[in-house]
Amino acid sequence: MPEFWINMGPQHPMTHGLWNMKVKVDGETITDAKPEIGYLHRGYEKIMEVREFQKNVVLTDRLCYVSSITWSHAYCLAVEKMMGIETPERGQWIRVISLELQRIASHLMWLASYGPDLGLLTGLLWCLRERELFLDLIQLMSGARMNQNYPRVGGVRNDLPENFEAMCKRSIEHFLEKLENEYPKIFHESKVFRMRTEGVGTLSAVDAINWGVTGPNLRACGVNVDLRRLDPYETYEEIDFEPQIWQDGGVGDSYARFVVRFNELRESCNIIRQALEKMPKTGPYRVKPPRRAEGEGYAKTEDSRGEALFYVIGDGDDRPYRVKIRSPVFCTMAATPILLRGNKLADVVSILGSVDVCVGEMDK
Amino acid sequence: MSAPLIPNLFAVCKVLVAAIIGIVQSIIYALSGPIPPLRGLGDWLGLDAVITVVTYLIVVTIVVLWVTVLNLFTVMWVERKLYSRLQDRYGIMISIWSLPFWPFNRVHRPTHKGLGYLQNLADGVKLIQKENITPRNADSAMFHISPVLIASSTLMVFAVLPWSSGFYVANLDLGILFILAAFSLAPLGILIAGYAANNKYTLVGGFRAAAMLLSYSIPMVLAVIALVVFTGTLDPVKIVQQQDRPLVAFGTTLPLPAWYVFGPQFLGFLIFSVAMIAEMERVPFDIPEAEAELVEGWTTEYSGMRFGIVFAFKWLRMLAACALISILYLGGWSGPVFTTLSVGGIPVPIVPEEIWFLLRIYFLAAFFVVLSWSVPRVRIDQILNIGWKRLIPYSLLAILVAAGFRVLG
Repeated sequence: MPEFWINMGPQHPMTHGLWNMKVKVDGETITDAKPEIGYLHRGYEKIMEVREFQKNVVLTDRLCYVSSITWSHAYCLAVEKMMGIETPERGQWIRVISLELQRIASHLMWLASYGPDLGLLTGLLWCLRERELFLDLIQLMSGARMNQNYPRVGGVRNDLPENFEAMCKRSIEHFLEKLENEYPKIFHESKVFRMRTEGVGTLSAVDAINWGVTGPNLRACGVNVDLRRLDPYETYEEIDFEPQIWQDGGVGDSYARFVVRFNELRESCNIIRQALEKMPKTGPYRVKPPRRAEGEGYAKTEDSRGEALFYVIGDGDDRPYRVKIRSPVFCTMAATPILLRGNKLADVVSILGSVDVCVGEMDK
Repeated sequence: MSAPLIPNLFAVCKVLVAAIIGIVQSIIYALSGPIPPLRGLGDWLGLDAVITVVTYLIVVTIVVLWVTVLNLFTVMWVERKLYSRLQDRYGIMISIWSLPFWPFNRVHRPTHKGLGYLQNLADGVKLIQKENITPRNADSAMFHISPVLIASSTLMVFAVLPWSSGFYVANLDLGILFILAAFSLAPLGILIAGYAANNKYTLVGGFRAAAMLLSYSIPMVLAVIALVVFTGTLDPVKIVQQQDRPLVAFGTTLPLPAWYVFGPQFLGFLIFSVAMIAEMERVPFDIPEAEAELVEGWTTEYSGMRFGIVFAFKWLRMLAACALISILYLGGWSGPVFTTLSVGGIPVPIVPEEIWFLLRIYFLAAFFVVLSWSVPRVRIDQILNIGWKRLIPYSLLAILVAAGFRVLG
């Protein structure tokens, strides 16, 4: 059989979004791959130039609708640096809690979609069941389940509601119990799951750094890079947590990426618990930002999928002169041919599912 | 030990048919006074050959249409309900009370609050209403023949599959061989379907199906050969008869039935079950229609009721596979009969053989459902590795073990 190209996308169960993974196969073996993106390009950087600083938060929420708060927060952080204002301490703690809740919800969505990729529909239902807990918490905090519009330039929109601490602790306790006892049975304790994920989609640390792969995908290659540790923003330096790195050596395969993300779920719960303990119980959570600003602001944060970077220039007007967004998934996409080449056609889902693609932030 | 509800389906149906034809005949004879030529028709109807043929058609209708379709609906319902419970949700809930007209939809009653048995029927009705699309460059004849080939080859299994010692269409001496042969016909239809649709996904799915089903048919047949060393026959009724006694091992009678699974055939049982999961195309071996990478595999281009046929035939195969496993290894329809009732002088067992058989089938089906909804699917090369490097050597070993036990007694 001659080699031929298969279009996996733009409408295909494998692509969690709207993009096209062109795969050249020789029988079942992949000889070449080419990601085609841009189906969801909305011109974010341009739209943001015509809206006021505060109103852009609504847009950045939609960058990745699975992980809204982390993206809005990165934007707010860049604008704050440009304006030279500082969030009050309680506001910073609330931001840390909301970021980690959002990270858990995002990782659970990834785990949920990874299940059906491998033919395990039970995983989808179980993960969405637990994601509901965290969406409820976020709804309690911000009033919305999706596109929360919660971080503000200079703080967060509102204070934590009454009893939030108790409810948060109860949900986390329940979730951790499921994470310890139920999920391993269908995921990494399952022989078939390990057969599908171990040794496929390997990416060496050198390749990963050269191609700009960041976040959990880089940590799965054994590189200790976590911006929450290396370049702490908000109050992360006061929290005692361990960046999750793949320890067992070798090059990062799908299984390593799975383990890193899976352990991050547990680590995020740990961070939230500590933050609830350490945060001041009362105090201001927001400062009023100036309406107009001039200068440059640059913020990089550890998003659920990698390093999210915002670069904002103000020219003295009430809206940014220029905004640059660095999307981690966009850079990871460039490395997909390396990940895919030499694997079997059936491994495309196992590899790209473990990479955690979000088309909204990729196409901007 | 137990007795079937109907001692012989054919004989019972023949009595009924003869009675009905007798009534029709007397009417025709009454009419033949004014219209003499009708007398010949009446005589013809009374012939034994005519009664036999009509009986045969009715038996086929009963077994294939009613028994098989009712069990198909039930096994689909069992699967959908069971995996829904596994996933912490209710599952299908459409029932007779969901119908949108008077006696059913009452004002204060939710429409989706039932056991959901009629959901599959509703799905079938929906599929019939859908347009039947043929891709433009598809090989139309082949494309349309292959669902028929797949469905009919699976239905052929039920022509010889007995539901009890009296309830069957035909009882062949080589019944098991016929069933296995009919089982192995489906890959041809799948390959044709994948090739004819002119789509890369269906093509890859078709080739995968052919590779997988062919390589799993070999251990399946080898396991049966290991069994035949013991049974000495391929007649399903006789195989079940042999298992209908207490187990005797090393001169002592154990409190177990003499099912072939207890003893040297255990390895063969495992091999046969694994091969059957592959033949059913279930997760973890559902690689031909791996929906994540191949959209729907070889069924991608089918729409409407053709999709319904190729989709439902998997449950038919599951039914046949469970029945086959229980006949060969789990004692078929043998089971204790607690007491018999006398209905008009005919003894009717309170737990007939058919019930025991269906219990085994649904237990096996439930086992396969739970298994397939708790593991991911295996990759194609891993599947072939398991087939060629594990199952075939083990099945040869099973033959050796069976032959050794046979020689040693």
